[in-house]
Amino acid sequence: MSSDTLNLTLRVWRQAGPDKPGGFCDYQLDGVSTHMSFLEMLDVLNEKLIAAGDEPVAFDHDCREGICGMCSLMINGQAHGPDRGTTTCQLHMRRFASGETITIEPWRATPFPVVRDLVVNRSAFDRIIQSGGFVSVNTGNAPDGNSVPVPGNRQEVAMDAAACIGCGACVAACKNASAMLFVSAKVSQLSILPQGQPERSARVLGMVAQMDKEGFGSCTNTSECEAACPAEVSVSHIARLNREYMKALVFADR
Amino acid sequence: MFRVASDTLNSRVPAGPLEQKWDKHRFNLKLVNPANKRKYSVIVVGTGLAGGSAAASLGELGYSVKAFCFQDSPRRAHSIAAQGGINAAKNYPNDGDSIWRLFYDTIKGGDYRAREANVYRLAQVANNIIDQCVAQGVPFAREYGGTLANRSFGGAQLSRTFYCRGQTGQQLLLGAYQALMRQVSTGRVKMFARREMLELIVSNGAARGIVVRNLENGKLEVHTADAVVLCTGGYGNVYYLSTNAKGCNVTASWRCHRRGAYFANPCYTQIHPTCIPVSGDYQSKLTLMSESLRNDGRVWVPKNKGDHRAPGQIPDEERDYYLERRYPSFGNLAPRDISSRAAKERTDAGYGVGESGLAVFLDFRDAIARDGEDVVRKKYGNLFHMYEKITAENPYKVPMRIYPAVHYTMGGLWVDYNLMSNLPGLYVLGEANFSDHGANRLGASALMQGLSDGYFVIPYTIGDYLAGAKHGKLAEDAPECRAALQDAEARIAKLLSVNGRRTVDSFHRELGLLMWDYCGMARTKSGLEATIPRIRALREEFWTNVRVPGESGTLNQSLEKAGRVADFMEFAELLAVDALHRNESCGGHFREEYQTEDGEAARDDENYSYVAAWEFQGAGNEPVLHREPLVFENVKPSTRSYK
Repeated sequence: MSSDTLNLTLRVWRQAGPDKPGGFCDYQLDGVSTHMSFLEMLDVLNEKLIAAGDEPVAFDHDCREGICGMCSLMINGQAHGPDRGTTTCQLHMRRFASGETITIEPWRATPFPVVRDLVVNRSAFDRIIQSGGFVSVNTGNAPDGNSVPVPGNRQEVAMDAAACIGCGACVAACKNASAMLFVSAKVSQLSILPQGQPERSARVLGMVAQMDKEGFGSCTNTSECEAACPAEVSVSHIARLNREYMKALVFADR
Repeated sequence: MFRVASDTLNSRVPAGPLEQKWDKHRFNLKLVNPANKRKYSVIVVGTGLAGGSAAASLGELGYSVKAFCFQDSPRRAHSIAAQGGINAAKNYPNDGDSIWRLFYDTIKGGDYRAREANVYRLAQVANNIIDQCVAQGVPFAREYGGTLANRSFGGAQLSRTFYCRGQTGQQLLLGAYQALMRQVSTGRVKMFARREMLELIVSNGAARGIVVRNLENGKLEVHTADAVVLCTGGYGNVYYLSTNAKGCNVTASWRCHRRGAYFANPCYTQIHPTCIPVSGDYQSKLTLMSESLRNDGRVWVPKNKGDHRAPGQIPDEERDYYLERRYPSFGNLAPRDISSRAAKERTDAGYGVGESGLAVFLDFRDAIARDGEDVVRKKYGNLFHMYEKITAENPYKVPMRIYPAVHYTMGGLWVDYNLMSNLPGLYVLGEANFSDHGANRLGASALMQGLSDGYFVIPYTIGDYLAGAKHGKLAEDAPECRAALQDAEARIAKLLSVNGRRTVDSFHRELGLLMWDYCGMARTKSGLEATIPRIRALREEFWTNVRVPGESGTLNQSLEKAGRVADFMEFAELLAVDALHRNESCGGHFREEYQTEDGEAARDDENYSYVAAWEFQGAGNEPVLHREPLVFENVKPSTRSYK
């Protein structure tokens, strides 16, 4: 076997449906090219399974270029696998060694119930955004784009936060299944920009209330979320979220 | 091969001077009283830039909206992957831009195969889009003083592109998504995620609803409304390998086409010049490297065939910067169709680089020497990072290797000036329609069109239809709904019952390769004639030899793919027929028989200055061609030159 192919044992979580019991299944996959992406490796596994008369492994994916946030997977216990700032779809097999056993699981968090195999339901994130993660400006109401200048450094910090792809890795990586990094990214972006000011208090209170209602856990500042985040959103946004929340509780006109 | 209808399609472009058409038209459109809007229901399929902005804006107006997407959240739509930017003629850089110039560049960029009035309206409302997005909190790049920054894109000699690092599509989509979520929270929009549209419901000749499959539990659902707005993107995945997301498909459009909607100009496909080359037969998709990189990157190949030295060791005088050589005034920012063909010309001639020889260099050496690595990182950091992830090469040190790949499709369902198809009540927005980009789309214009259609066109034009529609409510168990539901059920049962020996993906790959080889960057009469029977044979094999495991009552991704590939198998034939019928080269459609002496596309305005809108007559039967003549009252079609 030449050095640019791998022989792997894949230990994959299989679960037929939301209310069905799940468990690990082991598959041997040989001759995996190191140039493949992780999801292409799973494609190859699925083609093999279908040819053998088995059902393929269900997993979420779409853009395969690291931006849509649809792909997920706990790979050897790490959300999106071992590389920093990288989604599963951008992870390549050159990162693994021949003979390795790779354990592949879905996101594990009560607010993200398993739909099938590695696919989970992340609609809780949509409901959090519905609770205030926007600027209320109807189409047609906008003043000229340059009428409100935004200092370059503030815009940069807002963009750092806005880069969140909503994949849920922060929740999956957190021992408390906290969604604080996700919530903080949107709260931070809109509290920094002038356009977000009118709803600043209502936004943070609404989003945090919905986050709690969905059953996400509390933040205990372990920063696993930042380490797992493929968009490299910083935990400093959680600090800003906490400040925004306290300010809103004390000073907001409610 | 096809029959020609004697009628002429009416685009319903209003009369009057170009600059006044849209304003006058808006005045003439009928209105729905604000208190009555909630009585009208609208279905929006797809939640990308077009669908997200349309659903949000219609909800804001007070209509009862149902929005659908096949992904797990509306925020995932593939608009999110657009990197470079969005055009608008704000003229903030004071470099001589105007609505007229944006209009002119877009018409010319489309090789004079777009409808003048639509393109002018697009250029007019582009400025409103920027304002709207800024107000939503989209973090556009700024200058030090806090004003909005611009950069240049292909096909334009000025800076009119607004951007958010290399993630403009993401930020614009999240703006639309947040506006949509706000409407969901008010209850005016009901969101249905993980639903795939499988049929259009037509009642008394008008579009009145859809059949969708709930992808989580496999249940089929019927939804009816007063109008249907299709925003389901392009058909680039007919080539299997493309820069589209894996889920992008033609099914929603094709199902409407089968129910009577005309499909226009399917042969206008855009091959993007700067993508990461194919690395192996397991390849599942291709990754774009934004056109914005050509602001600072220089494209070249070695002057000598078979020069396998490391690129850094090849001295300047032995490099062929072929875009700068052939197109000195536009240089590396020549439009996409032209840049792609130039890369193909060099690699076909044996000057390609990399293991396969199917690549050219995109080199940042000079930009790094001039501006420093930090400046380059600030502009393109995430793109360089992505390139390194995929190829394990550091583009700050060695030039990127790039090759053209399928990226966007200009063709789509035919629509009139109101964005309504020939089926009353069926509107088509964004990449799914055909109207604004002609035969080639300029960079940073897709985001502009999607948001223009959704934020600023459909909210006006749909009211005109609804105000005049007197059709009453359609029950979800009406005969036409039940029939459509049964058709969808029967198709699923058929796919599951074949139980052959080949996987869906293996068919899709074979179809894609066929289309790429004979209906891709260059097409010939003989190649197309030979391809059509091969598509038919493959389609026949698909229906007798495909294996779709599992059942319909659960999440079944093989079944999802099978339905999409089955529709691509029918659509591919129409694409090839359209390419064969159009005996000229224009924009993304390059027929080798029709080129100038120096290898540029040779249009035939006398015979082909029309939109080809195809009517379905049954799979495998000759389609009927309806023509909409293109009338140029304001610009004179000329030979497109970027020299």
